[in-house]
Amino acid sequence: MEHKEEYNWTIEAKASLFDLRINEIWAYRDLLWLLVRRDFVSFYKQTILGPLWFFIQPLFTTIIFTFIFGNLAGISTDGLPKPLFYMAGITAWNYFADCLTKTSTVFKDNAGIFGKVYFPRLIMPLSIVASNLVRFGVQMLLFLLMMAYYYFIGAKFNITWAISLFPIIVILMALLGLGAGMIISAMTTKYRDLAFLVSFGVQLLMYATTVIYPLSEAIKKYPAYAWIIKYNPMTPIIETFRYGFLGEGSFSWESLGYACGVTLGLLVFGVVVFNKVERNFVDTI
Amino acid sequence: MPPAIKVENLSKAYQLGQIGTGTISRDLERWYARVRGKEDPFLRIGESNNQNTRSASDVVWSLKDINFEIEQGDAVGIIGRNGAGKSTLLKILSKVTAPTTGKISGKGRIASLLEVGTGFHPELSGRENIFLNGAILGMRKKEIQRKLEEIVDFAGIERYLDTPVKRYSSGMYVRLAFAVAAHLESEILIVDEVLAVGDAEFQKKCLGKMGEVSKGEGRTVLFVSHNMTAVLNLCSKGVMLKNGKVSFFGNISSTIEAYHNESQTSSLIIPRKNKKVYITDFYLVNDQNIKTTTISLHSYTKFVIKIFSKVAKQPVNVGYGIDDIYENRLFTLFSKFYGKTYSLKVGENIIECYISSMILKPNNYKIKIFVGNDFETLDYYEDGINFKVVPRENVFLELPDASQGSLVLNHYWS
Repeated sequence: MEHKEEYNWTIEAKASLFDLRINEIWAYRDLLWLLVRRDFVSFYKQTILGPLWFFIQPLFTTIIFTFIFGNLAGISTDGLPKPLFYMAGITAWNYFADCLTKTSTVFKDNAGIFGKVYFPRLIMPLSIVASNLVRFGVQMLLFLLMMAYYYFIGAKFNITWAISLFPIIVILMALLGLGAGMIISAMTTKYRDLAFLVSFGVQLLMYATTVIYPLSEAIKKYPAYAWIIKYNPMTPIIETFRYGFLGEGSFSWESLGYACGVTLGLLVFGVVVFNKVERNFVDTI
Repeated sequence: MPPAIKVENLSKAYQLGQIGTGTISRDLERWYARVRGKEDPFLRIGESNNQNTRSASDVVWSLKDINFEIEQGDAVGIIGRNGAGKSTLLKILSKVTAPTTGKISGKGRIASLLEVGTGFHPELSGRENIFLNGAILGMRKKEIQRKLEEIVDFAGIERYLDTPVKRYSSGMYVRLAFAVAAHLESEILIVDEVLAVGDAEFQKKCLGKMGEVSKGEGRTVLFVSHNMTAVLNLCSKGVMLKNGKVSFFGNISSTIEAYHNESQTSSLIIPRKNKKVYITDFYLVNDQNIKTTTISLHSYTKFVIKIFSKVAKQPVNVGYGIDDIYENRLFTLFSKFYGKTYSLKVGENIIECYISSMILKPNNYKIKIFVGNDFETLDYYEDGINFKVVPRENVFLELPDASQGSLVLNHYWS
């Protein structure tokens, strides 16, 4: 009898680029859940306000944005109540930005664990996206509370059919952050430069996304440069989000389709690169 | 039955020096070579990993063409000096890093313990950490649930189960961490030197648990340690690595012996030319008449000294003081005890002394050498020469521990 057939695992120098070992990730699904729990529990251990801290950051950012961009700079909000407009942008943007920045340092942050024990490395970025989802959920709650408040005081906004696209938008944001984050994380294992770029790059990117201004306003004021904002895949996502919940925003199937395409491309590339780097990064980090 | 683990032509290269901006051009060069189907210009085949010499290229082979097979149920000790490639081998086996060339195939689930408590979060309670750590090691939640009681029992932390582990004493922390790992169900267990932590009692318990694992349940164990007694107790086979290559593979006691013979060159004494009489060489000779620094327990041992004398000198006594590593004098061999004096002639003098049985328990020792007489010390080697006593197979089930003295006498029970 041939011996080889009895082996059920091999470790080899070269592995196929597309050998993603999805079944292995499935076998470790409990770990994914426990990591999410760890992140959530350890976040508010030994704090007085506990999960309330999830509220404080978007709340204060909204207040600041309302004062600076809304009142001082007087940037249009498409006729929506200013805090509501900013809160919508911040909530969505924060989720994407958190996914991106946390994922982009996943190798560096977990070098200790990764260097000592094997588990499918993809579990880590997935757990980051999932635990940020918990945070996003809490912040969405805050946004909904604010919507309810403005509804009762009779502010002008209306929910449209596009709200049904909400699950797709969340998935798009998660995967976009995940894909881009994994590409950066794979590159930073050798060249640390990118890590510096990410922290302020994400901030800059926010200004190239329609977080603090509506797309219509950008097209009106800078018709020559609006394409930069338009081709930013986060723009259609946030515009759709606003259009769905608040009834204002430039929604089109083409731009959403474009965002889907970019997300998918980045994700596939990200997973492949991540899987390639994952095998040897311990030696270079 | 096919072997549980089969390692074929395994090599691993590491890059020395800075990894940073300088590497981008090198990466491009590598990539270009690959595109043309050429060999990687930075991985020259045939260089071995000798840490003492500088090599032309800044790539080292931490492992080079390793081949061995491990049968199912074997407990294999991997020994070698620091930097011999032991940890690299374990890292590759536990899939933490990939080999540069070669292949390992095997069957069964691998549990690898390169460190205890990997992924422990200080803020989480003992219970939460058991689950988290178990999951990191590859256990399913149900499996941990089933074993929770056993794990808590083994670690002896029942009272603190719901306290954050940052409040644990370091001993409790290690016990808990090891307990989780020890209860992992796997066909292959890989253990790095994790037992260096924890108190003696717990170390014994862990070794016991591991022994149970390999002997009782037919699991394959790979164990790296510098604690030769632990390796000898636990393992049946040994792999000795040297400069990234397998230099010995066989049963454990011969592997350990090979390691000792290898690891210590007989330390020569610095000549002291300003003295009239000085020691030029000293070494031990074992029962096979081989120069060595490793002596088996209860074996014949000869002490040979070479003394150079510029003048004829007499009477001269030679003495050896045998100390343990803490500088406690264990015994002294002194020619004066027997009323034996030597007359040194001009030139080299060789003086031999033997004992019929080395009764020191397996450990490291030092010999200090005295040459002189009642009136003057002609030469005294104070730094001491290291030697090692190693256990002999199948005689003693257990050797005296630290509280039971340093000597092992043959004794007979009715």
